[in-house]
Amino acid sequence: MPKQAQFRWTRSLLLAAGAVALASAPAFAQGWQPSKPVTFIIPAGTGGGADQMARFIQGIVSKHNLMTQPFVVVNKAGGAGAEGFLDVKGSKGDPHKIIITLSNLFTTPLATGTPFNWKDLTPVAMLALDQFVLWVNAESPYKTAKEYIAAVKGGADRQFKMAGTGSKQEDQIITVALERITGGKKFTYIPFAGGGAVAVQLVGNHVNSTVNNPIEAVAQWRAGKLRPLCIFDGKRSIYTNKVTQTMAWSDIPTCKESGVDVEYQMLRGIFMPAGVTKDQVAFYVGLFQKVRETPEWKKFMEDGAFNQTFMAGDEYAKWVEAAEKTHFELMKEAGFLAKK
Amino acid sequence: MEEIASLLSGFGVVLTPFNILLMLVGIVLGVVIGVLPGLGGANGVAILLPLTFSLAQLPGGKTSAIILLSCIYWGALFGGAITSILFNIPGEPWSVATTFDGHPMARQGRADQALTAAFTSSFVGALLAVIVITFFAPLVARFALSFDTPELFAVQFLTFASFVGVDRAPPFKTIAAMALGFALASAGFDSVTGTLRMTFGFNDLVNGFPFLVAVIGLFGIGEILRTMEQGLAFRGVHAKINPKAVIQTWGRLVRHWSTALMGSFIGCWMGIKPGGATPASFMSYGLARRFAKNPEAFGKGEIRGVVAPETAAHAAGTTALLPMLTLGIPGSPTAAVLLGGLLIWGLQPGPLLFIEQKDFVWGLIASMYLGNVVGLLIVLTCVPLFAAILRIPFSIIAPAIMILCAIGAYTANNAMFNLWMVVMFGVIGYVFVKLDYPLAPLVLALVLGDKAEEAFRQSMLKSQGSLSIFWSNWLVGIIMSLGVLLLFWPIISRAIALARGRTRVADAPT
Repeated sequence: MPKQAQFRWTRSLLLAAGAVALASAPAFAQGWQPSKPVTFIIPAGTGGGADQMARFIQGIVSKHNLMTQPFVVVNKAGGAGAEGFLDVKGSKGDPHKIIITLSNLFTTPLATGTPFNWKDLTPVAMLALDQFVLWVNAESPYKTAKEYIAAVKGGADRQFKMAGTGSKQEDQIITVALERITGGKKFTYIPFAGGGAVAVQLVGNHVNSTVNNPIEAVAQWRAGKLRPLCIFDGKRSIYTNKVTQTMAWSDIPTCKESGVDVEYQMLRGIFMPAGVTKDQVAFYVGLFQKVRETPEWKKFMEDGAFNQTFMAGDEYAKWVEAAEKTHFELMKEAGFLAKK
Repeated sequence: MEEIASLLSGFGVVLTPFNILLMLVGIVLGVVIGVLPGLGGANGVAILLPLTFSLAQLPGGKTSAIILLSCIYWGALFGGAITSILFNIPGEPWSVATTFDGHPMARQGRADQALTAAFTSSFVGALLAVIVITFFAPLVARFALSFDTPELFAVQFLTFASFVGVDRAPPFKTIAAMALGFALASAGFDSVTGTLRMTFGFNDLVNGFPFLVAVIGLFGIGEILRTMEQGLAFRGVHAKINPKAVIQTWGRLVRHWSTALMGSFIGCWMGIKPGGATPASFMSYGLARRFAKNPEAFGKGEIRGVVAPETAAHAAGTTALLPMLTLGIPGSPTAAVLLGGLLIWGLQPGPLLFIEQKDFVWGLIASMYLGNVVGLLIVLTCVPLFAAILRIPFSIIAPAIMILCAIGAYTANNAMFNLWMVVMFGVIGYVFVKLDYPLAPLVLALVLGDKAEEAFRQSMLKSQGSLSIFWSNWLVGIIMSLGVLLLFWPIISRAIALARGRTRVADAPT
C-alpha cells in the first residue's frame, strides 16, 4: 500500500542515515540495542507541548545518528491520554516502546478512574520540568501577582475567569491551589483543548488570566500582548537572555516572592513498559543523555524556559512517587477524584 | 502597494529549482496521503517533520522546509476528493460533503467531470484565500481574536441550521438520524468535566467514535455492501474517458461562479477560527442547495454540490494557516503540526513573525500561490488516470477498497478496535440507506456534536448559565440570528410564498 511505501521510504532514509553512522562513528556503547524501530507514544494530541518535544527528540536522534533504529512517533490521545498509557501497560516486556508523559500520568487515572498507574510502567528518565507562568492581558491594570490576587479577593465570587488546558488537569490544579489564598473567592475555570486556544482567549480579552506554559505564550509576550506576573517554581528561571525588549525569563519573579505561595511544575519524562531488563532501560537513559548534550536541545530548553533537571533510576522513581502523592492530595482537596 | 513588493520578493525566494522540486515532491506525497482515508494531512506532515530538521539548517532552508510541508498539506486537500468521488469514501473529513454529489456523478459515468470540478474548485477556493492572506493578514488576525466561545458555538449552530432540511427525507427520520449522531458524538471523554462518559467500562471506547472511522464505515463499507447487492459491478464502468473532459467541465464551471464565491467566502471565514474546513464544507453545501433554484437536483449528481464544499474546504484549509503565522494559534490540526515545525526550526510564530522573518513569511505566501498552481496541474493531468480506476473489475477493486478502509480506520488512532467499529458502521450505513434514512444528518451531528457542545458549555461557564451571552455583542448576535433565521427558513419562505398568493408552494425550499 502507498502508506506503507511512504513509511518505508521514511524508514529506509532513516536506516540509511543510521547505517552511515554505524560505519563512521565509533562503536555504540556495549549492551542492549534495539533491533527494530522503536515506537514513541505521545499520550496527547498533535501540536501540543509533549508532541513537540517528542518529535523534536525524534529529529535530534535521526540528525545526530544517536540510534541505529528509527523512532516511530504515534499519538494516542484518547481519554486524556489514557489510550496511550493503557497501550504501554498492555505491552509488558516490550523494549521497543517508550512513552513521554505529562501530568496526565497522574491526573487521568485519578480523575477518570481508568485503570493504570505509573507503577504499571518502568521509569526511564526525567527529561525536564515544564514551567507554568501566571499571565494576564498587557492591557489589564495588574502589574504583580499580589495585585491580581488582591483583586480576585476583592471581587465577586467567580467574577475572574481563568482559561486553561483540559479539565481536572494541571492548569485547573494550579487554579485550585491559587484559590487557597483568594479568601474563599473562586475563579471561573474554563477548560480548552490546547494551550494555543487558551492563549488566544487571554489575548482577545475573553478571560482574565491563564497559567500557560512559557512556550505557549512567549510569542504573545514578545509582541506585548501578554504580561507575566509570576512563575510557579521555587526559584527564578536561569535564562538571562532578553526575550522581550526589557525582560528575560529570569526577570519574572517567582510566585512565592510575590506573596503567592504556589509551586507547580510538569514532568516531561520517559517511561517504558513493565518487565524490561536493566540493560534495556540503561540504553534509553544513555540515549536521552546524548540528546541532552546536543546544541539543538539546549536551545529548545531555553526557548521554552524549561527547568533542565535530569533524573534517572531510583532518584527518578522516588520523584515520581512523591509527585503522584502531591497530585492525589491536590485533587482530593479539589474534589476531582473519580467516584469509585 | 507594500504587499505586492513583498510578495514579489517572496517569489524571488521561492523560485529556485530546488524549491520547485520540493514542491512537486510535496504535492505528490500530499495527494497520496489525502487519498488514504485516516492518514490525513496532520499525520502526513507529522511523519515527515523530522526529515525537515536538517533541511531547515541550510541557508534559506527554513523556507524550503515549509514549502515541502505546506505542499504536502495542499496535496492532501486536493487528494481528499478523489476517493470521495470514485468510491464514496471520504479521504479526509472535509471531503464528506463532496461525496453527496460527487459520487452520484461518478456512478453516472461522469467521474472525470466530478474530479475536474473538485480540483478546480479547490484551486479557486485556495487562490481567493491566499489573496485574502496577502492583503488582509493583520485585519484577519484581529478578527480571529474577537472570536470567543459564544461566537464559536454560534458558527456551529449556523452550520447546523444551514444543513437542516437539506435532504428530502421525512423530518422524523432526519431527527432520528441526527439524534443518533449526537449520541455517538457524546461517547468517550468529556473535555469540560474531564471525565469519561458512555464508555460503559470499555477502555476501547475512551476515544469515543472517531468521525473518520464512522464515515469510512457508513459511506465506504456501506457503499460496497450496496454495490454487491446490485450485482457486483460499479455503475459507470462503461464511461468513456474523454481527454477533453477538463476543458468541457471548465466551460460549465464558469456558470457556477456565484456558488464558488460563496463557498470561498464561507471557507475563508471558517478557516480563521478553529472550526475549520469540515464545518465550512458542510455549511457551504447546505447553503448552495438551499438557495438553488432546483434544490431537488442536489444529491443526484449536481455539479454545484461538488463546487460548494470543495471551494469552502480548500479556502478554509488555506486561511487556517493565517492565525498560526500571525498569532501562533493553529487553525487546524495540520497547522498545529506545522506550528511545531516552525518552533523546531527556531522560528517563533506570532505577531512578530511578519516583522522579524519577512523572507520566510513572504516565501511561504508565494509558495501558496505556486504550490496550488503546481498542484492543480498535477491532479488535473491525472484525472483520466483516476477516472480509469473505475474500469478495474469490481472483484479486484472491492477487496482493495476494503483494505484501504481498514488501513484508514486503523491509522485514525492506531487501534484495532477501530476495525470492528468500521464493520459496525458499514452495516448501519447499509441499513440506513435501505430504510431510506438520511446519513448526512448523522454524520453532521457526529462531526459537530462534541465541538458544539464544548463551545456551548464553555459559554455557559462564562455567563454563569445565561443564554443571553449568545446575543451579548453584535458579532455573536448576528451569527445566532442568521442561524435561527435559516433554521426556520422553510417555514418563513413558505409563509412569504403564501403571502404573495402563489400556488407553487411545492417549489419552496423544504
